[in-house]
Amino acid sequence: MEPLQRVHSKTVVIGSTNVDTDQIIPARFLTTTTKDGLGKQLFADWRYLADGAPNPAFILNRPEAAGCQVLVAGRNFGCGSSREHAPWALLDYGIRAVISTEIADIFKSNALKNGLLPVTVGDATARWLLENPGAEVDIDLAAARLTLPDGTATSFPIEAFARHCLLHGIDELGYLRSKLDVIESYEAARRW
Amino acid sequence: MSARTLFDKVWTAHEVVPESVDTPAVLYIDLHLIHEVTSPQAFSVLKSLDLRVRRPDRTLATMDHSTPTVTEQVFGKIPIKLDAAAKQVRQLESNAAEFGVELFDMRDARRGIVHVISPELGCTQPGMTIVCGDSHTSTHGAFGALAFGIGTTEVGHVFATQCLLQRKPKTFAVNVEGELRPGVTAKDLILHIIGRIGVSGGTGHVLEYRGSTIRALSMDERMTICNMSIEAGARAGMIAPDETTFEYLKAKPRAPQGVEWDAALPRWRALCTDPDARFDASVDIDASTLEPMITYGTNPGMVMPLGGAIPRISGNAVYDKALGYMGFHGGEVMLGKPVDVVFIGSCTNGRLEDLKAAASILKGRKVAAGVRLLIVPGSQQVKRDAESLGLAQIFKDAGADWRESGCSMCLGMNGDTVGAGQYSVSTSNRNFEGRQGVGARTLLVSPMTAAATAVQGRIADPREFL
Repeated sequence: MEPLQRVHSKTVVIGSTNVDTDQIIPARFLTTTTKDGLGKQLFADWRYLADGAPNPAFILNRPEAAGCQVLVAGRNFGCGSSREHAPWALLDYGIRAVISTEIADIFKSNALKNGLLPVTVGDATARWLLENPGAEVDIDLAAARLTLPDGTATSFPIEAFARHCLLHGIDELGYLRSKLDVIESYEAARRW
Repeated sequence: MSARTLFDKVWTAHEVVPESVDTPAVLYIDLHLIHEVTSPQAFSVLKSLDLRVRRPDRTLATMDHSTPTVTEQVFGKIPIKLDAAAKQVRQLESNAAEFGVELFDMRDARRGIVHVISPELGCTQPGMTIVCGDSHTSTHGAFGALAFGIGTTEVGHVFATQCLLQRKPKTFAVNVEGELRPGVTAKDLILHIIGRIGVSGGTGHVLEYRGSTIRALSMDERMTICNMSIEAGARAGMIAPDETTFEYLKAKPRAPQGVEWDAALPRWRALCTDPDARFDASVDIDASTLEPMITYGTNPGMVMPLGGAIPRISGNAVYDKALGYMGFHGGEVMLGKPVDVVFIGSCTNGRLEDLKAAASILKGRKVAAGVRLLIVPGSQQVKRDAESLGLAQIFKDAGADWRESGCSMCLGMNGDTVGAGQYSVSTSNRNFEGRQGVGARTLLVSPMTAAATAVQGRIADPREFL
């Protein structure tokens, strides 16, 4: 995995609360056996009309969304299924960070393992971001700090080991495999 | 030692390396369930790193999500209609063979929904850690196991090491007291709980369902409860194992036998939460006043008593969007609304007791004209049992479509879908936009409410049929 230090981008806002993984990528696209190319199916049922044409009312189809790497979302983003296809689709589309007041557990775990930054912020920061789409924000992973256009900085919680792995491009599997001798001892010592 | 919860006991017993400020715990996984949708990319990682599945003896594969439920397609008389699904099925067959993982393939009599087959075989046991690339893995918590859904990267981690890196979640007691009234089921109870704590109320927590109501539930009912823990955002849901659990497990083919059974029982009995143990959060529920429940919106927390009216909420864009999608407005009464499709099945309500409950209402009655009733058993074993008990005949006589097992219409990826704009009264777990098909409108209910609705062709109260 590539090291990830910082995301600096304008924001795109999807303000709905409880955006579930079936919206991020509907189940009918999960019959794939690879991770590739899922970006075109991101938010498919909101992004495309019944005839397959882009829905001009949906934010990702508007010119101001082009190139935005930071998605600002309503509370409880990524709830629902454990499909890792959701962060894969967001990353393939070009999103590198999601900001919300609450991000669902499994989605957050999946995001961190793929270099998509889950950034949880307080109500006031979230409200400002939701009301100011297109704001240019800076996310500094090493400092776990989100900076708004006016220079206001706010820290965000991020699991220490996941941050370490992201900053240095370390694959968690390598770390787990380095523990194989301890795992074998555990298995040998178990009495059931 | 200080008083501990059920969760604490299972967690601690599986800590290969405890967590620290800098690193998560290395948690040992006793049972890894896999299916065709969330495993292919994990097998690809193993291949790219030239690794094996470290403990194939702790890994079990089935096919359920993208598989058809039409008999001719399941047994190969005609090809699987969806090419991509057929490819996924072939891929799991070749991966399982290459890596030595036991697979219940399309023709296997033990195949079914992953969360139905593992318990019915006795693979799911108290005190275990169980994971699957599927959020409804929480189902297995009904046995006092710590069971949770993981992503595909983590599926790869378990393949390669039989462990996961995990931060310890918080604990949340859901205390339920009182007797459920006739016609009110475990499904209604869990829908009520989700409505009460909210769809993110359990985030970061493992729920433990406790109290006299929970202890009185059968294993099938407990599985329905734990299954939907994820719909409250919880990492997992658990119920302390007791005599009901042991009775269920006793004759199961893969449960411990003989001296192993005798050794397991005291260990399992010791798992229950100590009397003075503390939880990080709690909620108290009075089950005695509950009514059958139904969802009216686009997440499982948008739920109401079946006999009530949709709440009026002004100035909430999300609420407006959800009701707009559903074609409802605040203040509307739910009973009597016409429906297009009724689906009975899924890992939530596709077990034998669910089918018995549906059959108790469908017996001697007919599905209303213009309504499609699809009944899909949770496993081939459930199918055989339902057929030998005469339930399948009741369903067919009523005019229902009776299928082979699978996830089916719970999620529109296997050919069983609800049409755009259609109303589907469903015993599944998610009423998200488009979950059952593009534009489909899903109302979550119990099997009894689903059956009553199929008969009337309109949303109906099952208590009128008791």
